[in-house]
Amino acid sequence: MGRAVKIAMAGEGGQGVQTIAQILTDAADFEGKEALYIPNFGVEQRGGVTIAFVQIGDEKIGAPKFKTADIVIALSGRAVRRTRMYAGPQTLFFYDSGIEGIEHDLPTNARQVLPIPALETANKTLNPRVFNILILGAVIGASRVVTIDKAQQAIEKRLAYKFEQNPELRELNFKALQAGIDLVAGMGVAI
Amino acid sequence: MAVELELEPKMPNCWDPATKPHKFCPGCGHGLVLKALGQAIDELGIQDRVVFGCDIGCSLLSWDFFNMDTVQTHHGRTTPVLVGVKRANPELIVIAYMGDGGGYAIGSQHLVNAANRNDRITAILCNNTNYAMTGGQMAPTTMPGQKTETTPYGRDVNDQGYPMLGPEMVAAITHEGSYVARGTVSKLRTLKGYLKKALANQIAGRGFSFVEALSTCPTNWRTNAKQTWAFLEEQMQGYFPVGELKVPAELQTAERKEE
Amino acid sequence: MSETSAKPVEGERRAFMTGNEAVCWAALAAGAEIMYGYPITPQNEIMHYWTRNVPKFGKRFLQTEDELSAGFTTVGGVLAGRRAFTATAGPGNVLMQEPLAMAEAMRIPTVVIIQQRGGPSTATVIYSQQEVTLTCFGGNGEGLRIVYSTSSHQELFDYTIKAFNTAWKYRFPTFVLADGYQAKMRESLTIYDPASRGISMVPTEPFLGRPGKIGEGRTAAHLRNTYNIEEELNAVLEKDIADYERYAPEIAEYDSSAPEDCDLLVVTHGVVFRSARMAVRDLTSQGKKIGYFRPITLRPFPEEQFRQAAARARQILVAESAYGQLLKIVQQNLYGSTVPIRTMLKPGVGITPEEITEECSAILAGKEA
Repeated sequence: MGRAVKIAMAGEGGQGVQTIAQILTDAADFEGKEALYIPNFGVEQRGGVTIAFVQIGDEKIGAPKFKTADIVIALSGRAVRRTRMYAGPQTLFFYDSGIEGIEHDLPTNARQVLPIPALETANKTLNPRVFNILILGAVIGASRVVTIDKAQQAIEKRLAYKFEQNPELRELNFKALQAGIDLVAGMGVAI
Repeated sequence: MAVELELEPKMPNCWDPATKPHKFCPGCGHGLVLKALGQAIDELGIQDRVVFGCDIGCSLLSWDFFNMDTVQTHHGRTTPVLVGVKRANPELIVIAYMGDGGGYAIGSQHLVNAANRNDRITAILCNNTNYAMTGGQMAPTTMPGQKTETTPYGRDVNDQGYPMLGPEMVAAITHEGSYVARGTVSKLRTLKGYLKKALANQIAGRGFSFVEALSTCPTNWRTNAKQTWAFLEEQMQGYFPVGELKVPAELQTAERKEE
Repeated sequence: MSETSAKPVEGERRAFMTGNEAVCWAALAAGAEIMYGYPITPQNEIMHYWTRNVPKFGKRFLQTEDELSAGFTTVGGVLAGRRAFTATAGPGNVLMQEPLAMAEAMRIPTVVIIQQRGGPSTATVIYSQQEVTLTCFGGNGEGLRIVYSTSSHQELFDYTIKAFNTAWKYRFPTFVLADGYQAKMRESLTIYDPASRGISMVPTEPFLGRPGKIGEGRTAAHLRNTYNIEEELNAVLEKDIADYERYAPEIAEYDSSAPEDCDLLVVTHGVVFRSARMAVRDLTSQGKKIGYFRPITLRPFPEEQFRQAAARARQILVAESAYGQLLKIVQQNLYGSTVPIRTMLKPGVGITPEEITEECSAILAGKEA
């Protein structure tokens, strides 16, 4: 049966974490998999760290929240500090390599703690606007919970209104997705 | 035979004769307000389409007063129940009947918001300057200096504020299409006219219609007939001006045609 | 309120959506005609989705000034003969108890969706199971209500439809009790037109404003909730309570799975049941003799079935995201039984399968030792 893959993604409001959680779980739904996504919502979200809890598996998902994630991705210093509690011996803990001053905040009990140059890659080779899609690619690269095909389909569904106004955005987003996958592939890690 | 008929008081057709004589105290103004309302309903011929809702307080005693669909609600909540009925079935003509405590204190948020939303209902508020059912406590409308069970030395306006001017407030916050008036049981024909217009305004689908009726409560005022009438006509009508505060243009035109 | 010809849901289809969206589609599919509501997290999106569908399907919506008004306007809508509903949470549920006491007193078939949040007071907008007592027994009455506690989006959809039928069939206020997790999370479910599954909707009828002339074919309705003497009230309550108790066995629902020689029976409701079921499966696969019992109706409680399940168990564990609200119901229904009750009471926070597994393992180890 295979237990569900548990993913926690965290960032500052506006970094697009919840959007990519929706895209990721939409893609899983397109695959015919079972997915469960719950945002942290409420007062914490306002001016705080935004977190998406995602689980994807072959059977109906159990509880909506979990103690330990298989993959954590933290996109800001505050996000690192807020999400290190979800790390355990099985956890791949990714954080953006551009975040400064968090050396002592990183979890010490994770399977691996991995800096990824996501923001740098997005800024230099793509566009800062698709930073979150690049992160989505990284999550898919590390988890392999959905295929690129379904991920593209889910991006299409969620961002169709933007692509209508500017068709070039489609290609840019798909490139970012692939760039994220490649980033993780280059690191040789997967759950 | 004719002599016998004259001895029977003439009741509006929409009253339920089986529940008469009614249960209000001797000298209470509720019966007069409900008589004026009954006459207005008869004249408009709407008995079968009316839903009458009564508040808690002395107004609750009107639950079996009419031979019309009636619902007892909660203290202060008659307005939302009748708003709910009207929103669900706009064909009905709904009347929310309440006292001054129900309308101006515990249910004031409902009155304010139904008025502001211009809900197509008719709210009728009986102002007798006290909480009568519970034994005569101070109401928002208690007169300055008036003694009640909770103002045993008289209402001190520095401490308890001034009597609430309900229709003035409703007139100030309502919009185009609403009808607002204050009548008194000492002028029943005029009161009936106001109530009729308040119903006609709802029937026309124009907007929120509100009539405050100045009323009497000799039981809690501890007044005899003469004192009761004097308190109503001199003190109350002196503070609470009687008349129409807001009349939609179409209602005025219709009135002229009728004349 | 003319129903447009288009059905909100044709046949059936798989969907991936939030619980609030599932509730909205269920209400549409059930033929609900009007929603009254006041904003409060985490139920807001029920109103958001409903209002977006209002013009498409000829529905109505009123945003009220508070939950008192949302409850009382819902009462009014039902009195007018409509399938009317509202939704609330936390402090809104507190205010809602006043109108729902009226619905209880007058047997008005209101439907209310509760998305529990943390309490008391404003607490959190996120999650809890702390509105069990309030929803089952709120108001100045006897708790003559029907409360379905759901654990998934499929159940949210199924039981929202069912709530309208239960309410209108038995004429007791009916609640769908979920929580912020269920409200906000996305998961898959199948949405359907009830007719496509042979579910017919119990017809509604007006309590007030029936067609026809008074005195010619109909009498005027006089609906009251105030009585002059104690005996008058008592007679009404005796009848309502007798009705409730007579209907209770056919209304009560539960889910249970336990071995004959059950060392530990895990009792949960709502979303915590998801964790309990996982923990029980996990431990069963390790050879433990463990089972679960889960009331779907918290009111009326599936008393007989629970007593039977408990009678076969050596110990019971009650786990809930509250400090003993389910526990009280369990204890009441176990009166006279000597089975030990262990507890896992975590007010205002979620409970993971791992936590339940750990607790169960400790209890079972204690027994073995």
